[in-house]
Amino acid sequence: MGESIAAVIQRKRKNKNRLAQQSMGWLTLAAVMLVPTIIAALFVRAWPILCSKPLGELLFSTTWHPMKNSFGFYAFIMGTLWVTGLAMIISVPPSVLTAIYLAEYSSTRTRSLVKTFIDILAGIPSVIFGVWGVLTIVPFIRNYFAPAVDRWLGGIPLFQNNNPTGYGLLAGGFVLAVMVFPIIISLAEEVISAVPQGLRDASLTLGATRWQTIRRVVMRRAWLGVIASIMLGFSRAFGETMAIMMVAGNVPQIPYSIFDPVYPLTALIANNYGEMMSIPLYDSALLTGALILLIIILVFNLLSRLAIVRLVQRD
Amino acid sequence: MNKITPKIEEVIYKVLMLASTAVVLSILFLILATVIWRGLPALNLAMLTQTPKGGYYLGQEGGILNAIVGSLYLAGGATMLAIVLSLPIALYLQVYIPHTRQAEWVRLAMDVLWGVPSIVYGAFGFIILIWLGMRASLLGGIIALAFLELPIMVRGMDEAIAMVPPALKETSYALGANKYETALKVILRQTAPGLLTAVLLAFGRGIGDAASVLFTAGYTDRLPNSLFRPAASLPLAVFFQLNTPYPAVQERAYASALILTFIILVLSLITRQLTTRLTTHIIR
Amino acid sequence: MEIVNSHIKIQDLNVWYRNDQALKNVSSDIPANKITAVIGPSGCGKTTLLKCLNRLHEEDEDVRVAGQVWLNGVNIYSRDVDVNEVRTRIGMLAPKPFPLPMSIYENVAYGRRIHGLNAVLNKGNGRNLDRYIERYLRTAGLWDEVKDRLGSPAARLSTGQQQRLCLARALAVEPEAMLCDEPTSALDPISAQRIEELLKSLKEKTTIVLVTHLLRQARRLADHVIFLWMGELIESGPACQIFKDPQDERTRAYLAGDIG
Repeated sequence: MGESIAAVIQRKRKNKNRLAQQSMGWLTLAAVMLVPTIIAALFVRAWPILCSKPLGELLFSTTWHPMKNSFGFYAFIMGTLWVTGLAMIISVPPSVLTAIYLAEYSSTRTRSLVKTFIDILAGIPSVIFGVWGVLTIVPFIRNYFAPAVDRWLGGIPLFQNNNPTGYGLLAGGFVLAVMVFPIIISLAEEVISAVPQGLRDASLTLGATRWQTIRRVVMRRAWLGVIASIMLGFSRAFGETMAIMMVAGNVPQIPYSIFDPVYPLTALIANNYGEMMSIPLYDSALLTGALILLIIILVFNLLSRLAIVRLVQRD
Repeated sequence: MNKITPKIEEVIYKVLMLASTAVVLSILFLILATVIWRGLPALNLAMLTQTPKGGYYLGQEGGILNAIVGSLYLAGGATMLAIVLSLPIALYLQVYIPHTRQAEWVRLAMDVLWGVPSIVYGAFGFIILIWLGMRASLLGGIIALAFLELPIMVRGMDEAIAMVPPALKETSYALGANKYETALKVILRQTAPGLLTAVLLAFGRGIGDAASVLFTAGYTDRLPNSLFRPAASLPLAVFFQLNTPYPAVQERAYASALILTFIILVLSLITRQLTTRLTTHIIR
Repeated sequence: MEIVNSHIKIQDLNVWYRNDQALKNVSSDIPANKITAVIGPSGCGKTTLLKCLNRLHEEDEDVRVAGQVWLNGVNIYSRDVDVNEVRTRIGMLAPKPFPLPMSIYENVAYGRRIHGLNAVLNKGNGRNLDRYIERYLRTAGLWDEVKDRLGSPAARLSTGQQQRLCLARALAVEPEAMLCDEPTSALDPISAQRIEELLKSLKEKTTIVLVTHLLRQARRLADHVIFLWMGELIESGPACQIFKDPQDERTRAYLAGDIG
């Protein structure tokens, strides 16, 4: 009698375990399949336009007239690339320097305090960055920065101020750069701190200064991880919607000056979502934009993953 | 004389590093100061307790209670859905298939999902809604946000569970418990604060996101009362109010931004406090 | 006990790690061109003492050092002494070899490079540096094994080879003294023996301070011995005297294997 009850309990335990394992396994598989599913879904909805227009025209034409059935994404792709590129140029040096400072020079207390603030910065929603951009950065560019740069460097097309509104490539790039700071800083700091102290000691005991040690030894060991953190920041900036939409100017043209307005892909999709269904092929076009966006980001993410794997293998 | 240059180099870089850190921190404070400075004057009780009345967007009465409650429902619902999905995945990774090739592939997939822009999640949610024959609704927003939160939560939970000393798991197995029981009784208890942190982190992301709910949750001036009707959200409230030509409404946008920022800051504080408080009881 | 030819003089050294005192009023002389072994049970402060001699504790914010260490009549802890200068004159070998993430050649050249000395050498025909590298690799007994792969990454060497590389690297800056912190603890017996032979051959030109928990190693190598116990210097003197006829009870017990 006692034995059969025990056997029942054992069977129930085993079944629960098996059931749990199977259901969790399937759920995990479903989650992994989410990426291909998203790509497939976008592809299916983008299909009408992908089969009616040559890929070259979609990617490289600058004509964007939905009502006249013209869908050239080039200006938007360029806009995204320019603004993201500018954001990286602005954010990478200070971010890496800050990460090195936190990892190598700051005291433990300072480090945890600053990292707390960096985490807060990371948690601020993008619309708030947009509001800040509109309230602070755009007026600053409009009223002080653009006129000044135009006066001193206006001979160079890159710095000409043909757009007096302040909304444009520079505003977008700067706001994006600020959003990207915490991403680069926290990962780069982690990677640099992970370099073993014995390696630093090896350099210091030969009479190297701290900075020489950082430059020649620590960074040599950590540089792939720092690159990975930069690529992570890049993909975040590339996919950013709200903040960039509020300060970029949203004029579909290729920028020639940092003050020119740009129209990144994400802003295009978000701004025109309302009219998507009213113009033929418009929804397919916008979802094609989303597909292009996703594919570029995926490629970048995979590259940065490979970098990390290579770094781990070296150790 | 050759010794001077390395020393000077060090000083120069140290100054640059300190300046960079100072710049990053001061930008944070500048952002917070701007939001408070512009948002506080327009903040009043009506903003927090009323929904927009007729003419609100032309400058007349009302508040953004619709957006506050909407955001809470959206992010709350999405977070709950994400927990139901993420916890099993994280446990599966750490308990059933730890240290395997499969686990690395799953983590890779999660990292890829982490990098997907929120507007793509919105577009995807939109496609699903159309396919299901639904309109923009609270449920749609919840689904899109849940997808957004999933990779954040899985990663956070994965890291939390990874911190359990393997000896603890081994002890459980040695006593005859199977993996399911170990997961439930030993690991969950031990990692509760870490899991909570992951949840709060994801919740914070969900409440602040606009691009994914733009397509899927729509917008409305009413309080959310049905899963199948549109729901307002704070980030969109800020955005729409900012885009009106009426200064009074724009001021309200700043106040809404302040409310959103406040919620996020409080969330960060709670997360930090919880982590430090609960980790004191953890076995090391 | 009068030390003939004291190279390094330790005076009233006190070290605190956070709130615990790791070294208490340690004073001693390190004789020149001899191997001084610092022995004692684990946790007694041997490595702590060693790291005081090249001011390595300054890299750790939890450690506080008080006292003086005199090198050739100059207190290395005084304000106007450059810490990097000190570390050039007093080199260090760690328990676990850490080759720098560069080629074998560059590892050995590193010390000179950061001091800007290589530029001077390369003015002629660039081969001068090669000859220096070869010399130090020979001294470390590594030349024959690596001479045709000087450009390959140092990380590919075996642990024993890596430790010899670290020795070559340290010697390349031509220090007056070498601090060796359990240099053979990560090595197999054969590599350990080679390191011991190298240290013995070095002592004619370099003062060596050797921290070891291996009594037999101390007996093999030491000319002079310092015995530490719980952060205090109990006894010190010529090796033959300490090993044959220790004065203090604790020294006797430790040498006999009764404690530690």
